[in-house]
Amino acid sequence: MSDTLIFFLIQLLNAVQYGLLLFLVASGLTLIFGIMGIINLAHGSFYMIGAYLAFVFADVTGNLWLALAIAVPLSFLLGLLLETLLFRFLYSRDHLYQVLLTYGLILVFEELRGITVGNDVHGVPVPHFLDFSIPLTATLSYPAYRLALSVICLVVTALLYLLIQKTKLGMAIRAGAFNREMVQTLGIDIGLIYRLVFALGVALAAFAGMVAAPTTSVFPGMGNQVLIVCFVTVVIGGIGSIKGAFLGALLIGLVDTFGAVYAPQFSGMLVYALMAAVLIWRPAGLFGATAR
Amino acid sequence: MTKQAWPILLGLGLIVLIALPLVAGKFGLDLAARIMIMAIFAMSLDLLVGFAGMVSLGHAAFFGIGAYALYLLSPQYGGASLFLSLPAAVVAAALAAFVIGLLVLRSSGVYFIMVTLAFGEMFYYYANGARWLGGSDGAYVYQRPSAGPIDLGQGHAFYYLVLIALAASYLLLRVILRAPFGHALRGIRSNDHRMRSLGFATPHYKLLAFVIAGALAGLAGYFDAAQFGVVNPELFGWRLSGSVLMMVILGGMGTIDGAILGAAVLVLLENFLGDLTTHWLLPMGMFIVAAVLLLPQGLIDPASLWRTTRARRHV
Amino acid sequence: MSEPILRAERLGKNFGGLAAVRDVSLDLAPNQIHAVIGPNGAGKTTLINLLSGDLVPTTGRVFFRGTEIEGHALDSIARLGIARAYQRTNIFAGFSIFENCRLAAQARRQPGIRLFRPALGYREVNDAAERALALAGIETRADERASDLSHGEQRQLELAMALATEPQVLLLDEPLAGMGLEEASRITTLIARLGADHAILLVEHDMDAVFNIAATVTVMVDGAVLASGTPAVIRTDAAVQAAYLGEAV
Repeated sequence: MSDTLIFFLIQLLNAVQYGLLLFLVASGLTLIFGIMGIINLAHGSFYMIGAYLAFVFADVTGNLWLALAIAVPLSFLLGLLLETLLFRFLYSRDHLYQVLLTYGLILVFEELRGITVGNDVHGVPVPHFLDFSIPLTATLSYPAYRLALSVICLVVTALLYLLIQKTKLGMAIRAGAFNREMVQTLGIDIGLIYRLVFALGVALAAFAGMVAAPTTSVFPGMGNQVLIVCFVTVVIGGIGSIKGAFLGALLIGLVDTFGAVYAPQFSGMLVYALMAAVLIWRPAGLFGATAR
Repeated sequence: MTKQAWPILLGLGLIVLIALPLVAGKFGLDLAARIMIMAIFAMSLDLLVGFAGMVSLGHAAFFGIGAYALYLLSPQYGGASLFLSLPAAVVAAALAAFVIGLLVLRSSGVYFIMVTLAFGEMFYYYANGARWLGGSDGAYVYQRPSAGPIDLGQGHAFYYLVLIALAASYLLLRVILRAPFGHALRGIRSNDHRMRSLGFATPHYKLLAFVIAGALAGLAGYFDAAQFGVVNPELFGWRLSGSVLMMVILGGMGTIDGAILGAAVLVLLENFLGDLTTHWLLPMGMFIVAAVLLLPQGLIDPASLWRTTRARRHV
Repeated sequence: MSEPILRAERLGKNFGGLAAVRDVSLDLAPNQIHAVIGPNGAGKTTLINLLSGDLVPTTGRVFFRGTEIEGHALDSIARLGIARAYQRTNIFAGFSIFENCRLAAQARRQPGIRLFRPALGYREVNDAAERALALAGIETRADERASDLSHGEQRQLELAMALATEPQVLLLDEPLAGMGLEEASRITTLIARLGADHAILLVEHDMDAVFNIAATVTVMVDGAVLASGTPAVIRTDAAVQAAYLGEAV
């Protein structure tokens, strides 16, 4: 195969990997909105928290997998705690107040991060057995960890699909999104479902931050960067739609990756142009419910 | 606070602001000017959020355009002409608001929040990478604008110009909110669908509100660049958009006066917390979280604090 | 019969796979009351939604004074002079009753955007609002909050808002629902009087009222028209008897 084709394939792999990672974060955002009706600006912070947890625990234990084993349950717990202490009180409130409170939370999380681990950029080492590149041609190769990252994301995506489509909890989640009263008359504790869904969303975002950490490094502001792209993802896919978030994330992965290669002067802008185009074409997103 | 007390209080406030240069030093006047600039910005957003029910999280985009307009119109080492640059900044912001408004107004509710945020960030990333705008470091506006004998770099000229702009913006908003336009906006916020079924072309009303708000935000941004002599991509950023939204909500949205109060409280808080600790955003964030949970109506109606606590006791 | 003001031609509306309205044609003559009756779920409200622009028809066309209404935009249909009173009360709950009506009058009399003169300074708008409130019989409560009205009174406000737009066509969706006997008969008289100079489409469950004031009655069942004619004809129509009216009439 020619170098150009290999180069193209590498970019394609990068695009898919970015898209899948984005999906993990965006799926939580769209779930939390679709089921509880909450717009959560602090969702990007969970990604950031995940990355820093991975950094801290990988540093202590010397092993990324061990760090994951500690940090994923921790972030799930964080989700449970936040739902119980704060988000519970937002369900009946206007979106405006949800925006405001979660904006305040971003400030709190960012400062707490600054106080505890400082504002330096850190790297997280790639696990040893994946610390090599797969040679493709004489000059081009692909890092094994990035490939593993895509596989991990795919596995989690598949698990999420199974959870939502095949389990009782998933059924309740889907029903909750459609009809709050129905769930209550079925005798299912809606408060518990909300708590679990919220914690799941937090854990997914944090997990994405953890596994991304070795490839992107860990830096202040990483959460907000990802938040904005997630919003774009969700707007493109249609708010509340997991399928839409998946498609939107992959689209953004493609546009962003190939844009950076083939139209570098416009990269960064292209994602927003994509969003504008979708808005003109379908104001409620690809899979959003239309108003009339 | 009774309704009759407001005009008196407002008049008193105006007199204090007019007389302030007699008593306050440079620090105090700069702080007051800063509050007034943010007040213009917050009032413009209140028109959208508090009256038309459009929660924009990208309002800083127009603030940034006003600021960068001054930078682009300033000769490298001289001051721009006030009469040219100020209207140009306002018109540029209004035009941008018109184009963006056409796009974002296709969505509503939570979509609107996300889409406006994304468009604001688009400006941020563009400015970040655009060399002609100074890139991520931004650029300096070396001299404040001047108009004939009035040099905004001299004496209290800048302070008074900002005060005039604040008063004019306030009056403009009061007038249009009392006019049929303002009544229609409130109707749209209450029930957009019903307004349409009565025959109002609500998209036109919303677009006009978006353009007016954008223009006033541009005016505020222009003054911001003139005051600090520097522009950078952060002026477009979501953090500024969020903080101005906070001013509006904490001050009590839908009141215009509340936006001024909110701007004052937040700018002062920022100043004093910033002096106390380098991690001032932590108490600030906690303050916001607490305010949302405890003050559903914002600061301008402190009685609501009493009402919520009382209501809780009954539960 | 004179030229119809509003004409529906083979209207249909599907929700998913379900046909809520099928092949409905209907003429609304000037200065006449045309009642649409039928059991719950017959598609009466959907039909009104299609005429008012709240819904866009899946098939069929709507004509206003002989010109087809393209696009079916809610606000432009209203500006033609087609006003609608909703069955599920759809008012500005936090506003005063007067302001609800004033906005309706403003929509009609000030189609352009007015930015500068105070809204309350437009006397002709205020007067139109007050006239509509008086017609509907809630002028004494003008300064109260709309959300404080009882259900029946909110129906009166709905009617007043429709009247304040000074329409040529009124689409009334169960205007008598939730009203006491006295109010219901007052409003029935009002609708009958309005029928003298408006084209009215009336969806109503109160059969006595319908047969007393309507010039034409259309019976809908399962989204389609079962029969249409004068009250006398409908009363004796065998199919209608069997399907809907039973022995009650």
